[in-house]
Amino acid sequence: MNFNLSEEQGQIQAGIARFVAEHYAYDQRNAVVAMEHGFSAQHWRQFAELGWLSIPFGEEQGGFGGGPVDTMVIMQEFGRGLVAEPYLATVLLFGGLLQAGASDAVRDDYVPRIIAGELQGAFAYLERHSRYAMADIVTRAHQQGEQWILNGEKTVVLNGGAAQKLIVAARSTGAQADVAGITLLLVDTNSAGLQRSVYRMTDGAEAANITFKDVVAEAVIGTVGDGYALMEPVVDAARLAICANALGVMEALNTRTLEYCKTREQFGVAIGSFQALQHRMVDMFAACENVRSLLYRAVCAAQESSPDARRSLLALKVMTGRAGRLIGGEAIQLHGGMGMTDELPVGSYVKRLMIINSLFGDADYHQQLFAQLVNAPVSGAGDATVKAA
Amino acid sequence: MDTRLSAEDLAFQTEVRQFLHQAWDKELAAKCNNRATMKAGVEEWQRRLYHKGWMAPHWPVEYGGTHWSVTQSFIYNSERAAVGAPEAVAFGVTMVASVIIAYGNDEQKAKFLPRILKSEDWWCQGYSEPGAGSDLASLKTRAERDGDEYVINGSKIWTTYAQYADWIFCLVRTDSSGRKQEGISFLLIDMKSPGITVRPINTIDGFHHLNEVFFDNVRVPIENRIGEEGKGWTYAKSLLVHERLSIAEVADSRRALGELRELARQEVNGGRSLLDDPLFARRLTNIEIDLMALEFTELRALAAIEEGKPPGPESSLLKLQGTEIQQAIQELRMDVAGYYSGTLQGDLSASQLGHEFADYAQKMYFRGRASSIYGGSNEVQKNITAKYVLGL
Repeated sequence: MNFNLSEEQGQIQAGIARFVAEHYAYDQRNAVVAMEHGFSAQHWRQFAELGWLSIPFGEEQGGFGGGPVDTMVIMQEFGRGLVAEPYLATVLLFGGLLQAGASDAVRDDYVPRIIAGELQGAFAYLERHSRYAMADIVTRAHQQGEQWILNGEKTVVLNGGAAQKLIVAARSTGAQADVAGITLLLVDTNSAGLQRSVYRMTDGAEAANITFKDVVAEAVIGTVGDGYALMEPVVDAARLAICANALGVMEALNTRTLEYCKTREQFGVAIGSFQALQHRMVDMFAACENVRSLLYRAVCAAQESSPDARRSLLALKVMTGRAGRLIGGEAIQLHGGMGMTDELPVGSYVKRLMIINSLFGDADYHQQLFAQLVNAPVSGAGDATVKAA
Repeated sequence: MDTRLSAEDLAFQTEVRQFLHQAWDKELAAKCNNRATMKAGVEEWQRRLYHKGWMAPHWPVEYGGTHWSVTQSFIYNSERAAVGAPEAVAFGVTMVASVIIAYGNDEQKAKFLPRILKSEDWWCQGYSEPGAGSDLASLKTRAERDGDEYVINGSKIWTTYAQYADWIFCLVRTDSSGRKQEGISFLLIDMKSPGITVRPINTIDGFHHLNEVFFDNVRVPIENRIGEEGKGWTYAKSLLVHERLSIAEVADSRRALGELRELARQEVNGGRSLLDDPLFARRLTNIEIDLMALEFTELRALAAIEEGKPPGPESSLLKLQGTEIQQAIQELRMDVAGYYSGTLQGDLSASQLGHEFADYAQKMYFRGRASSIYGGSNEVQKNITAKYVLGL
């Protein structure tokens, strides 16, 4: 039993930390977010050169063959620096779906281009009405001869502005919320009939609402009608990744808040000497450690294919949302008036935590899934005999 | 990162399960859980552990310990808690024994350790005083040197199981001229010594576990002092860290939560199981998620110890969060008991009363209030974390 990183993982971590130290001071970050699509194309090329874009992909496609721990390391460090480049959208979601379900021909064509930093992608799953139910899909996919045709609309497609290619979850059969009957289609964003309304998220990331009118898809990803089974593990891996990202954000917020309280003086003393504030910072520290513990639990369970994996992942997403609200709110409060300004990065970090909470379902949504899982009767597991005192 | 158990550890787990299956039975559980027979029951359990060689796993082998790794200790403790067997009473085998092993002389080790191992002596802890609670170093019980003896005057309070104890380990003041942490000495005192009186303290849970212990010119031979005179605070502090880790009772909360879930499943409100009430389910799952996190916080601390590193800053949270979870479970159990959370069972049987676990629920609820007070109150834990972990 150990919670240490391998030598390679330690090197990746140190490399990203170095990149963040050199390129992600707050004013540098603001300049990056102000660029077209909300990130730096130059940074992205650098990521490719450093091999970071190859890490989760299979060795056959030129990848590093990394697992959940590797992704955790990367995303946590990105969180500490509040890195804006679309690793989640292009590498983990778009790339993850290609890796998991694309035909050999499509995968061998596209994955090396992602690794080389030449291809931006996105996963379009959400619709206006669907909230957190990922199977609640009315965008239609129908077959016309050899071709698949898309009609409908997708919303809040992260990296939807920069993406050259999309994977779209569409309904080929079944009723609106059925898990069966969902088909994933690969689509070029320059296709006739595809229109994008591009906007920014509160953390500066770009997103798009995209309409499809008789758009011809390039390829089916995975099996027709069985797209949900393909999405689920990829989205679960992305859940782990964004929770790691949130942990990095929480660490940065706690560090900054602690430093501020040690140096900011009022009534002739550092405000960190006040017990009321000390106890609040202990609560922030405890919340962060809870997320770390559940992250390690969920990541190890995923890596080891343990029966505890699903339960741990759901618990982690709940805790991440809950702890994020606490740490974010307290960080602003303890920074006082300065916490309300854009002169410090506190607000930007807090916004990232808010977005992560709602991504793929918020804390309440995941707690319901968690309750269904753990409260289901298990035969033989319930020994209800209780000690008489 | 790797949380899988090795083949060796899996074999050990099997051995632990087999032992518990044989050694922990319903009669013994009933004996341990009945107030009148508790002491005899626990001693019987500890003797079974002794015969297996598992009474003092954390001791050095030469005194009767095992060679368990941190992982094996964790496995044992998880399996023990899962069947509801108690830990060996900590005052002897865990607390005073750790101090004797670390700081005692050979005579003291030879005299006390074998008797602890065989459960021949019952120990209690004389730390807190009426004027020294969270601020323990303010203690005033005096020990004055008279030839080869100390003469003790003063009183100790909140002394758990003093009514059963053969011995008490005490912090006493041998010098009051310097800083309050200095001038404290660590004494082992025979409870049969003339001049000791034990007064029971009635507590809100209806158990008798707490006492006040009075010392009126009690004479203690100087060979019963551990280590140097005036260094008792250092010895006592090493023990407090241990106490904080064990108070967390993470594995015991896992069992308690499982039991609570099944109790709630059987409670029906307007035709619907309490477990299907979304508000109840939210509270139950809040606890479960906190507990899942704490289980891994504990594993992280243990993994660090296993590698010979100091347990990380996260270990300071174990007592705080462990007791919060215990209390949350106790509170929810009261709510599951409904009306019966307010009934006193007295001499009635549970079936006459109409509800099986209410008596247990309310006693555990009120008893559990103490967990955020003892071992350094949770507010003191936060002060410690703020100072030593956050550097405030």
